[in-house]
Amino acid sequence: MLRKFLDRIKPQFEKGGRFAFLHATFDAFETFLYVPDTVTVKGAHVRDGLDMKRAMIMVVLALMPCFLFGTYNVGLMHYNALGESAAFWPTFWFGCTKVLPMLIVSYVVGLGIEFIFAQYRGHEVNEGFLVSGFLIPLICPPDVPLWMLAVATAFAVIIGKEVFGGTGMNIWNPALLARAFLFFAYPAHMSGDEVWVADATSGPTALASVSQGQAANLPDLSQLFFGFMPGSVGETSKLCILIGAAILLWTGIGSLRVMLSVVLGGLSMGLIAHAAGATVATPWQQLLMGGFLFGAVFMATDPVTSAQTNWGKVIYGFLIGVLAVLIRVFNPAYPEGMMLAILFMNTFAPLIDYLVVNRNIQRRQRRLKLKNATK
Amino acid sequence: MNKVIKLRRGLDIRIQGVADGSLRAPAFFHEDYAVKPVDFWDMRPKLLVEAGSVVKAGTPLFYDKNREAVKVTSPVSGTVTEIVYGPKRRIEEIRLKADKEMAYETFTAYSAADLAAWDGSKRDTAVRQLLDAGLWAFIRRRPYDTVADPQRRPRDIFISCFDTAPLAPDMDMLAHGREEDFQAGVDVLRTLTAGKVHLGLHVQKNNAVAFTECKRAELHYFEGPHPCGNVGIQIHHIAPIDKGEEVWYVHPQDVMIMGRLFLKGRYDATKIVALAGSEVIRTSYHKVLAGVSVRYFLQDNVKGMERGLEVLDGDNRHSVDGHPADIRVISGNVLTGTKISAQGYLGAYDHLISVIPEGNRFRFMGWMTLGLNMFSFSKTFFSWLFPQRTYRIDTNVNGGKRAFVLTGEFEKVLPMDIYPMQLLKACITQDIEAMENLGIYEVAPEDFALCEYIDASKTDIQQIIRDGLELMRKEMSE
Repeated sequence: MLRKFLDRIKPQFEKGGRFAFLHATFDAFETFLYVPDTVTVKGAHVRDGLDMKRAMIMVVLALMPCFLFGTYNVGLMHYNALGESAAFWPTFWFGCTKVLPMLIVSYVVGLGIEFIFAQYRGHEVNEGFLVSGFLIPLICPPDVPLWMLAVATAFAVIIGKEVFGGTGMNIWNPALLARAFLFFAYPAHMSGDEVWVADATSGPTALASVSQGQAANLPDLSQLFFGFMPGSVGETSKLCILIGAAILLWTGIGSLRVMLSVVLGGLSMGLIAHAAGATVATPWQQLLMGGFLFGAVFMATDPVTSAQTNWGKVIYGFLIGVLAVLIRVFNPAYPEGMMLAILFMNTFAPLIDYLVVNRNIQRRQRRLKLKNATK
Repeated sequence: MNKVIKLRRGLDIRIQGVADGSLRAPAFFHEDYAVKPVDFWDMRPKLLVEAGSVVKAGTPLFYDKNREAVKVTSPVSGTVTEIVYGPKRRIEEIRLKADKEMAYETFTAYSAADLAAWDGSKRDTAVRQLLDAGLWAFIRRRPYDTVADPQRRPRDIFISCFDTAPLAPDMDMLAHGREEDFQAGVDVLRTLTAGKVHLGLHVQKNNAVAFTECKRAELHYFEGPHPCGNVGIQIHHIAPIDKGEEVWYVHPQDVMIMGRLFLKGRYDATKIVALAGSEVIRTSYHKVLAGVSVRYFLQDNVKGMERGLEVLDGDNRHSVDGHPADIRVISGNVLTGTKISAQGYLGAYDHLISVIPEGNRFRFMGWMTLGLNMFSFSKTFFSWLFPQRTYRIDTNVNGGKRAFVLTGEFEKVLPMDIYPMQLLKACITQDIEAMENLGIYEVAPEDFALCEYIDASKTDIQQIIRDGLELMRKEMSE
């Protein structure tokens, strides 16, 4: 029945129709409801069931545990700070009142821009922002003013993505770019030392304690792991992140190479820094603090902005891990290094790929030379 | 046994309807045949016959204006009934009506012992007979994946003796009892090259003595999922093609036809063809002549078509379980084959007819269903719970076209030391130097067919590779 309705109104959105200017929008909603009936014309007659929508939805699904826990945690931190205790649902509900508006703002602004660009370019609307738009509220502190979030999202989508040609062409991870924009444009709100825990109060994050050398203030490892502590919405519970990682790896959407090498890079740099006495945090704490794991699983693995070759991914991931800890330890101005490390390595990913691919080219040329020499 | 080349990367698409092992000889006389010049896609055909011409098996039908010595001949004796033109007067089909009694053009016959003693000095004799009988067109080359040039001498000649493509025929079945033909064919091919004739065999799948006992050729053993059976993949692992080199390849069944030409002195186009696919009622192997009309096998043999093939006319419409549904008939496999009508003809290079459902239907909320009936390389559908199941896969694209987003996927189905994404991008941007550096000489569209299959961005990857190869060919003025 729904199908019939769509078929009936479809002509109005096609060329010459009354709402032709909304073609991309109609198309986006139609394909959202139904996988289109297009059949193969050229090349392979059969195609895999996986399309971009499904791939992106898998990532959103993998983010769900983090999102749900993060929402609950926002409420929990609120009531903890007030010294009250509340039942599960009121706590969750309070979280919703903080997190849902962020999600809505991010989606409305981001998708709005995407739709306009898709219409203008005559493309179909790309699904990439389903993930970016979901990530943005998860990596921001819950007290960020909504208008700032809107400006940051718009910046990320327009300057970070559309100017390069849209999804698939961008250099930097759009969600991180939004975070970076907030960080540099409104440093007072986003310094990272102190984080909002409840109205009118704030507490130091674990990272800030470390950078000030106060090991005693650190939450213990299990608290870090399960995430009942202040922080950005999605990043606190490492358990939920690991569930997400498992989903991404099992479905084959996320890259194991990147995730593992980021962790390895972080651990080794953490070990060096700890052994050298530059920081009070152990490598394990480095791994569990702040947005390290969240970044490793959901941000560094972004296939568009990460290195594309298999060896490139390993190098890229390892350097992210190293850099993130390096920034944490040696740069007192930024207690959290993950965001900058990923954005920095996004920039260098093409260079890494270039070097990796070049080895393949050289191998081929050597083979040719060898053959010509023996002729 | 020689060392086995084990390939891990690749994918066997679990599609329903593999041909069962029965071989059917023609139950009745097949009258309709066609030769399709478009199958030899790089040729510029010049007709030598017209409607009404009487031909024998082996009479030239047309030659290639680019290389005038290369001719294509009739597989049957009979009359030319019709020349079918496509857009821009492209010659699409030369239709033939076969005689009940087959008459053959005569060529020179040799004994098997003679052929075994042949060496490079007999090259000219071999070339002339292959050209005259119209079998030269079945020798193709890499790079560029076109018909070979008779004036050249390839580095090596490769024959892949197994096919790993979806629903592919079992090559042992095709070679059974034709050991002499195959050996003779190999002996003839041996005279053409300065190097060797290489056979690619599957460790478990190939048991036919025609292949395993083949003499005067080098045997290489492979193991792995599709595209392990692609000759391009095998060349890459046996002796990769470098810039300036050229190798040739021939399908084993065509090798047998060549062998028969030299042993018997006539073009006997008999081949065994598999009929497969989820929409076929009785899948099987058929002994036919090249270019036969596929309607003989589809008549009363396609699901939901009790009313007969006539209703198939036009848009192939018929019904399955009371619902209107369509079928797609493919000459070749579902990854690289050509779409033909249910009244169409077997393609020149094809040994398989696949019949699968058309996918022109909407799928509700496809991005969030469990997907128990969707086969996928990824594990994003819960069909991974059933690793043994086969699927009725249709022709739906399963999504819209997007920019390349996912990375590291193509590598998993291309067992070559090549960076597929980078090579594709070089082809798209027409960067000649990058294409050359990244190994364009070693690939053909069929090697990228699986990349095209798994691509979540639904890009026409085989076409991109083809365009890249053509650009290269022009640039090198080949």
